[in-house]
Amino acid sequence: MIPAEFDYRVAGSVEEAIGLLSGNEDAKLIAGGHSLIPLMKTRLARPSMLIDVARVPGLTGVARDGGTLRIGAMTRWHDLERDPVLREHCPIVAEAAGQVGDPQVRHAGTIGGSVAHCDPASDIPAVLLALDAVIVAQGPGGTRRIAASECFEGFFQSALAHDEVLTAVEVPVLDGAGCAYVKFNQRAIDWAIVAVAAVVRHSGGTISEARIALTNMGTTPVRARAAEAAMAGASGDAIAAAAALADQGTDPPEDTFAGAEYRRNLARVLTLRAVERAMGA
Amino acid sequence: MATTEHRPNIGATPRRKEDPELITGEARYTEDLTPPRTAHVVMVRSPFAHANIRGIDTAAAKAHPGVSDVLTAADLEGAFAAPLVCAWPIVDDIKIPPVYPVEGTRARYAGQIVAVVVADSRAAAQDAAELVEVDYDPLPAVIDPEEAMADGAPQLFDDVPNNVTYHWRSKEHSPVPSAGDPDPIMASAPVVVKERFRLERLVPNAMEPRSILVEPNASQGEYVMTSATQIPHIVRTVLTLITGVPEAKLRVIAPAVGGGFGSKLQVYAEDAICLALARRLGRPVKWTADRTEEFVSVHHGRDQWQEIELAADADGKLRAVRVRIVAGMGAHHLLLTPGIPMLGAWLYGGCYTADAYSVEIIGVFTNNTPTDAYRGAGRPEATYAIERAMDALARKVGKDPAELRRMNMIPTDAFPNYTIMSGLSVDSGDYTGSLDKLLATLDYQGLRREQAARRASGAARQLGIGLSTWIEMCGLAPSRVAGALKLVCGLWEACTVKVMPTGTIQVMIGVTAHGQGHETTFSQMLADQLGVDYDDVQIIAGDTLTVPFGMDTYGSRSLAVGGIAMHNAGEKVIAKARGIAAHTLECAEEDLEFANGSFTVKGTDRSFGIKEAAFAAWTAHNLPDGMEPGLEATYVYDPPNFSWPGGAHACVTEVDTHTGAVKILRYVSVDDCGVIINPQIVEGQVHGGVAQGIAEALFEGAQYDEAGNLVTGTMTTYLVPSAAEMPSFEVLNNPNAPSPTNPLGVKGIGEAGTIASPPAVINSVVDALSHLGVTNVERPATPERVWRAIQEAGQ
Ligand SMILES: Cc1cc2nc3c(=O)[nH]c(=O)nc-3n(C[C@H](O)[C@H](O)[C@H](O)COP(=O)(O)OP(=O)(O)OC[C@H]3O[C@@H](n4cnc5c(N)ncnc54)[C@H](O)[C@@H]3O)c2cc1C
Repeated sequence: MIPAEFDYRVAGSVEEAIGLLSGNEDAKLIAGGHSLIPLMKTRLARPSMLIDVARVPGLTGVARDGGTLRIGAMTRWHDLERDPVLREHCPIVAEAAGQVGDPQVRHAGTIGGSVAHCDPASDIPAVLLALDAVIVAQGPGGTRRIAASECFEGFFQSALAHDEVLTAVEVPVLDGAGCAYVKFNQRAIDWAIVAVAAVVRHSGGTISEARIALTNMGTTPVRARAAEAAMAGASGDAIAAAAALADQGTDPPEDTFAGAEYRRNLARVLTLRAVERAMGA
Repeated sequence: MATTEHRPNIGATPRRKEDPELITGEARYTEDLTPPRTAHVVMVRSPFAHANIRGIDTAAAKAHPGVSDVLTAADLEGAFAAPLVCAWPIVDDIKIPPVYPVEGTRARYAGQIVAVVVADSRAAAQDAAELVEVDYDPLPAVIDPEEAMADGAPQLFDDVPNNVTYHWRSKEHSPVPSAGDPDPIMASAPVVVKERFRLERLVPNAMEPRSILVEPNASQGEYVMTSATQIPHIVRTVLTLITGVPEAKLRVIAPAVGGGFGSKLQVYAEDAICLALARRLGRPVKWTADRTEEFVSVHHGRDQWQEIELAADADGKLRAVRVRIVAGMGAHHLLLTPGIPMLGAWLYGGCYTADAYSVEIIGVFTNNTPTDAYRGAGRPEATYAIERAMDALARKVGKDPAELRRMNMIPTDAFPNYTIMSGLSVDSGDYTGSLDKLLATLDYQGLRREQAARRASGAARQLGIGLSTWIEMCGLAPSRVAGALKLVCGLWEACTVKVMPTGTIQVMIGVTAHGQGHETTFSQMLADQLGVDYDDVQIIAGDTLTVPFGMDTYGSRSLAVGGIAMHNAGEKVIAKARGIAAHTLECAEEDLEFANGSFTVKGTDRSFGIKEAAFAAWTAHNLPDGMEPGLEATYVYDPPNFSWPGGAHACVTEVDTHTGAVKILRYVSVDDCGVIINPQIVEGQVHGGVAQGIAEALFEGAQYDEAGNLVTGTMTTYLVPSAAEMPSFEVLNNPNAPSPTNPLGVKGIGEAGTIASPPAVINSVVDALSHLGVTNVERPATPERVWRAIQEAGQ
């Protein structure tokens, strides 16, 4: 459990980090280190240089700008979980952040590191997908805004280029929409076997719009499009019937935690629970 | 006037002596020690579960900066006088193929050592290990012990047909007669249940991985080994056999050791390698396992297929128990490997009575890490089988499981010394008393009513109530019995009690703590016995040079065997001090009564303290004629019997029938562990033991792929639970059955929780779903398995 040899640099600015990255194909950014370091210890990752961006000024905290909340990429889970602005205007982010790993992980891991890492079992990507969030990245050519639906390209594969630094995540103020993140795992510290993020507009028990995204039901987080479509206009039993479509179009993994068939069941059950919770049940 | 005796310590909870250094980080673990010139060792391990080794190219690794040597089996020929030692050949015709610390020709499990890298730093050794080129010729592998014994399965050793290393039958091999032959009863009894269970492999995860440092004094041929071990004395003896280093020149120290659970009750290849390298290099040699390699190299536990049959009358009265076990040994035997399943062979009848009993065990080699003792060692396996089967019998005869248990229990008035169906004699027990207390604490009938209501409403979350009324044999063990069971050692224990001239007391004891709290418990006992302060007693252990030759710590033996050795040594000290007191007070010894640290002439206020006696014994100016100076005594205690704890556990679960998730609502235990010295330590042992049992039942299980690779070899995939997954434990005790076989009435509690809890948990899960037709959920009962059991029952 000793990583291969590497250099370590602390970046003072985003520009400095971009410069260091541009000059070294094997360099990697490090934020909280809670995804990268385990890979390095088992030598599955062997970066020749680590560029620490966790302390770059201006990359932490949550700020409201009209209908948008801007979350600094290097904000830690613990701070997201407690942030009063988030809890009021987009509580699903705080709720999901509070379910990541354990307190030690939440005091080190960052939202930007998680988005960049693109682990299909990570919690925040599905939440960002359900929120139609925007990922902000800065590279040698300037700043780029990436829709969440474009960001999670594949298994551990984000849309970021090697020399881009993720600087912020933008999520909407949820006026009146209910939301819930329901995560299923065996131990509190574990990644989700399956989890469901739901953002639901409804009134009088009838859904007008449901945005549902699934964690760990494929190589990337996915929207449950069939369930979403059936949810629109649904009430009562029709909601349960819609939830039963949640696994359509997914390709869940088989691993030591669970098989695909079981994951499909979880997606259906948890979707109903998430939607019901989002509706205040 | 008679003096009242104060025993302020026994039964109290003084501040634990071992905690300050653990909390402040001052405690020294092996990995904390790195003397000058230390050579760091990294093992090169086979990535294949089964492969011939065609050649090993070490050139690139040797050329790596900082590397002093890279050694293969060929290079180490002559370093080992004997193969790894198996000390428990449980039958005469057992097959124990010789396996050396470094394998040279054929790797038989992924993780087996094939080469050793020595370097000036750990990092350099690790880098170089990647450069060792081993040319493997992979062979088909077999992991499941039943598959391994089938015709046509891959063979691990040419001279072990069907991979069967032994076949133990109680009818043939038990040194004591068991109850009658179950075969005819099985054929004719009104009710027979037959259950089959899989006990998956468990990987022990002590918080501190194994770590070894060997410091040579080359010119004298002397070696000091510091090791994260439970068994410094046994390590020394066995390493002498393997390496030829004379036992008198080898000192083994167990410093602070961060847990073991049986995994450090072993003499591993790494131990022998480090000692051999220190001899070869003349430098200190150090190896510390990292967590990943610990997963494949520390010995594993359990791994059984169990078949248990119960024959009963129509009303559920038990008539006979018949058991067949196929036990996975892993790729070869280690110290106690073959004997572990047999340690359970005495307990498949639980705390019940029946007329007939038999057990057979087939030990099978498989292409994975060797198995050996893991907390409970054999006894959790047996308890699991009988307690699961009792629930099956209850369902079959339509009786409440608590009622069925009660009607079959050994009655309390059968004690002392009741011979159970396996033929061993149980010292004492009050099983019905424990069950009654458990049911009252639970409000059992209230729970059954709530369960019925939930069933009636078809709620998504169903309630389960699982019982486990358990018994175990601990305080290992009478040496004669160990011998009759073919264990190649005795299981006595030794202790020296030394009263210093100024009155403080040193206790040198052969049992070695690694988290149990011996210093606290033993200090409490001796303080009360000698009438001195708790802080006056110093417990010294874990160093073969400074303590009397002992047999170390495992099998819940430290108190029931080591503690009695100390007590008896204490009695010898008191007897000697009495002689000095009588001499000084000029009275007869019989005229003295001893209480609260002082000898008083009966009916007078003339007295002489034990501390004064110690000073007098030291100056030796005025001792009785012929008395040796000094106030110390040694006692070597060989127990006349095991000690037999027992009790009743209940687990109340809520099972989410939509997801299969199991939530433990309550866990209640009523244990008889004999006289309790320190309630907090007992409670801690129960908490940890039950948590470990819940882990077996719901979370932990080693999974392998087709090629024989452990795919749950990390803390992410092998689910060791944490406090967050545990309920709040309700720990009660039953004080009504102190052991009559030792002067303190103590039994043992180290393994009880792990023995009792797995069947309580699984019985609870099955109970929650039995109305849906579920009769079994394999362990660990992961949400997916529970969900599948519901789906399959519904079909
Ligand atoms: C025991 C444990 C349990 C966990 N449980 C969960 C869980 O339940 N749910 C969950 O979602 N996660 C879980 N995690 C992962 C944890 O949340 C990680 O911290 C997180 O996924 C990555 O964030 P980080 O800041 O640690 O990133 P790092 O590990 O530092 O980096 C991860 C990747 O992101 C890149 N990166 C970092 N910062 C930037 C940036 N600004 N721009 C571009 N690329 C960047 C790095 O180069 C690296 O490739 C767990 C981790 C552990 C160790």
